Amino acid sequence: MYEVIAFYVFAISTTILFLITAFSKNVLYAMTALASGMVMISGFFFLLGADFLGVVQLIVYVGAVMALYAFGMMFFDATKDIKEKHQNPTLVFILGGLMALVFVIMFSAPIIGENVQAIHPVIEGVGNAQAVGMVLFTKYLVAFEVAAVMLLVAMIAGIILAGKKMDYSLTTNDDTYDHEDEILKGAGK
Amino acid sequence: MVDATMLPEVTAAGVIIKAILILAVIAGLAGFGTYIERKILAFMQRRLGPMHVGPHGVLQLAADGIKLFTKEDIIPQHANKIIFAIAPIITAATAFIALAAVPVFPDFTIPFIDVYVPSIASDINVGILFVLGMMAAGLYGPLLAGMAQSNKWGIIGSARTAIQFLSYEVVTGLSILAPIMMVGSLSFVDFNNYQADGALWLVVYQPVAFVLFLIAGFAETNRTPFDLLEHEAEIISGYVTEYSGMRWGLFFIGEYANMITIGIIASVVFLGGYNDFWFIPGWIMIIGKIAFSFFFMLWVRASWPHVRPDQLMWLCWKVLMPLAVINILITGLVMMIV
Repeated sequence: MYEVIAFYVFAISTTILFLITAFSKNVLYAMTALASGMVMISGFFFLLGADFLGVVQLIVYVGAVMALYAFGMMFFDATKDIKEKHQNPTLVFILGGLMALVFVIMFSAPIIGENVQAIHPVIEGVGNAQAVGMVLFTKYLVAFEVAAVMLLVAMIAGIILAGKKMDYSLTTNDDTYDHEDEILKGAGK
Repeated sequence: MVDATMLPEVTAAGVIIKAILILAVIAGLAGFGTYIERKILAFMQRRLGPMHVGPHGVLQLAADGIKLFTKEDIIPQHANKIIFAIAPIITAATAFIALAAVPVFPDFTIPFIDVYVPSIASDINVGILFVLGMMAAGLYGPLLAGMAQSNKWGIIGSARTAIQFLSYEVVTGLSILAPIMMVGSLSFVDFNNYQADGALWLVVYQPVAFVLFLIAGFAETNRTPFDLLEHEAEIISGYVTEYSGMRWGLFFIGEYANMITIGIIASVVFLGGYNDFWFIPGWIMIIGKIAFSFFFMLWVRASWPHVRPDQLMWLCWKVLMPLAVINILITGLVMMIV
């Protein structure tokens, strides 16, 4: 009973928040709704007993949306509405709507067509994190390692792209540079 | 230690009593903390601190409270009013939600009405991640507050929130990973039991992780030397520039509650938790540890200047993060060999 009520509360608030994200012209509303929608989604994981995944959802998306805020802060005035330029609104509407429809059919068809069975049922008496670990390091080990290598490559590329002038400090190479900074920073080279 | 099968059933009444206990104690402490902070800072700087209201200024707290409640609530004209109003609530609410999953006192049974009060209001089995995640979500308060108020100082404050968050959040997670590997669980109760019955505190095995966690904790709670978000000498008050009255007070309560939460995490994960120590009962030990970590935060504030944002990022990414990774590697190797 409580779970049903909680599910509908989370479902309705998630939908409304993501609708705000899509329709709001104010960048602050859009991003805040996105962040709170992500928090609401973690509620579903908690309802299903997947505490670990819920918490991961919370931590990962809180951080990710925070990075989005940093970009929003750089490019937009958060207190004003944004005037969007639409070249062809009808086409965008139809394409977007069709894509949403395709996704809904893709994910709901297997559920309607046949009862979905868990390939790896939850092992009784094992904690949440352990259960995730068991599946991750047995059945999905290759995918997991490939993802790890991909992330490593992306990280190295990011460091190389961003780190060209990493040791050149704009603050300390200013005209009014004084040598106390050097002492404060110690051997920070 | 009571065996797991012998634990009495956790009733709704027990949880409610625990929740009220936590809320009352922490909210009260958050208010009283301001008085303690001003007094301790004053003594460390050879001043007297608040002296005029009541004996040794004890009633200063009441005076400040009356002022906060009755102050005019101003919302700037061009501010984004909804977000401006939500931001302080986010800070205070997440701080208290985080407290739902930390253990404060040992389990006990109230004698006459026979109600069992658990050590933790809600023992989810990923407690430590939940608390850290909630405290991270609390940083949305300063971020939104700064962006909503259409004020230069505010937007600088929220930009600093973003960089501070993205920098130290990595260190917090990595530093606490090594103790998690040793205990093999994410539940605070397991951390406590690991150090029970005269076992050594985890800080003995993990001194590096403890220091890293403390440093990251200072950044997490915006305490000096990492109080970049609201440093008066540079950016007026940062994200709280336009706030007054109870909205400002909510930020304040949130910050103090977060300080206590960090203290509790440090005590339970690294400093032996709420176990009995020789003849001292556990609940006195945990209060003592939390009080010490609170005092430690004030001590650091009195002793250290704050750092620049670029120094913070340099420290987090080039010093603390490699240290944390090396610490995890060594922990893993030792656990494999032993």
